[in-house]
Amino acid sequence: MADTFTIHLKIWRQAGPDQPGKLVDYTLDNVNEHMSFLEMLDVLNEQLVAEGKEPVEFDYDCREGICGSCNLMINGQAHGPKALTCTCQLHMRNYSDGDTIVVEPFRARAFPVIKDLVVDRSALDRIIQAGGYISVKTGSAPEANSIPVDKAVSDKAFDYATCIGCGACVAACPNSSASLFTGAKLAHLNRFPQGEPERRKRTVAMVEQMDAEGFGDCSNFAECEAVCPVGISISAIAEMRRDYMKALVAGEEA
Amino acid sequence: MPSLLKALQSQVGRKILSSITGIGLIIFLIGHLAGNLTLFGEANAFNAYTFNLESLGWILYIIEFVLVLGFILHAYVGISIWWRRRKNRPEGYEKYESKGGPSHMTWSSKSMIFTGIVLLVFLVIHLDSFKFADTEMTTLNGEQVRDLKALVMEKFQTPLYAFGYTFVMILLGLHLRHGFWSAFTSLTMRHNKLSGIVYTIGVVFAILLAIGFIFIPLYIYFTGGQGALISY
Repeated sequence: MADTFTIHLKIWRQAGPDQPGKLVDYTLDNVNEHMSFLEMLDVLNEQLVAEGKEPVEFDYDCREGICGSCNLMINGQAHGPKALTCTCQLHMRNYSDGDTIVVEPFRARAFPVIKDLVVDRSALDRIIQAGGYISVKTGSAPEANSIPVDKAVSDKAFDYATCIGCGACVAACPNSSASLFTGAKLAHLNRFPQGEPERRKRTVAMVEQMDAEGFGDCSNFAECEAVCPVGISISAIAEMRRDYMKALVAGEEA
Repeated sequence: MPSLLKALQSQVGRKILSSITGIGLIIFLIGHLAGNLTLFGEANAFNAYTFNLESLGWILYIIEFVLVLGFILHAYVGISIWWRRRKNRPEGYEKYESKGGPSHMTWSSKSMIFTGIVLLVFLVIHLDSFKFADTEMTTLNGEQVRDLKALVMEKFQTPLYAFGYTFVMILLGLHLRHGFWSAFTSLTMRHNKLSGIVYTIGVVFAILLAIGFIFIPLYIYFTGGQGALISY
């Protein structure tokens, strides 16, 4: 059994949307190095409930690093200090006795706070709805190999398809840009022969939706790539720009 | 073409505009530095160069018009990105840190708006001090020409001018360190293998250009305009 240690937390508490929030200090004495960051927050919440206080609201689902639900700004870094890691896969062994950790929600105008650390990321869903799909005939399953796809193309598309839509790219971007998210979706779908027919329309529609949702400009800081839990390359943004300019030359309207 | 206008207002279009004007301004800076370095040529080289430039007449006006347009568009996009940045994150972080790794969050990239605005203010002062300044006339091949070389020598012997100019050129180097790479990246020239090379070229280019511009005022200041490299 590993020794337990003490962690000081400064957590953003906000009762609801449009309400003022502030950082509140908590001290946790029984932190175990094997706990994940979210388990540490669970322990805090048990303590708060026992004290008759309101527990801290935070988002999570799978706790396996694949769903993209958890989203915390930990000491000023989206998903905490480790590269290629979701908040749920960050473990307390990365911290030592007496450390102070500031926990804030992902911040952007397009990500309004719902409560405490929970933000509304449905703006990303609306970008997908604008064109992040491939229109196919529904009904019986098509023959899998009727449209051959080059292995290299398929692998590259899969790299971009690994985006779990957590929104860390937006949270870490000084401009609150969703370019990496939108770029990843486009780089995934625009690559395939199945995605080709709607390529221009999709690109224009998704870029326009991204603008309409109030996400900022990309200034090529590449901080998004640094915080991305699945390591999407900013090459996705370059591909988005290239496709957008091609659509523009072709006079495509969304 | 309504779709073109509309597209240029989208964030992707604005970025392309920013990079095209940025690359244009980089080309202008290379030409400007090359011209300035004629100060170290033979006695009349600099005045002959400026005289020839001014003799271009309407060609020069076209070049100047394109330059002014480029500067205005570039500054407009830069300032509007900064403006939107403030608007798009109304409540900032109590604590914010870069995660490092592939990130290009540097002093250079974070200060683009500051270095950009200083360069814009500098540009106005610079045009007033040299291009639109009253100068003595001198005779070159039997013609009366502006003695800009004498003006440069005079200005750069005052500490405020020599060191103020040096300071702004250091900021120019910082602006270019991020700007050079960013411009090519925005124009989608981003191949995983080439990207690192473009970034390195950008850093080297920014340093060389800044050194080139800084060398002139410091040399004139510290040699009192009588240095061996400058002939009369």
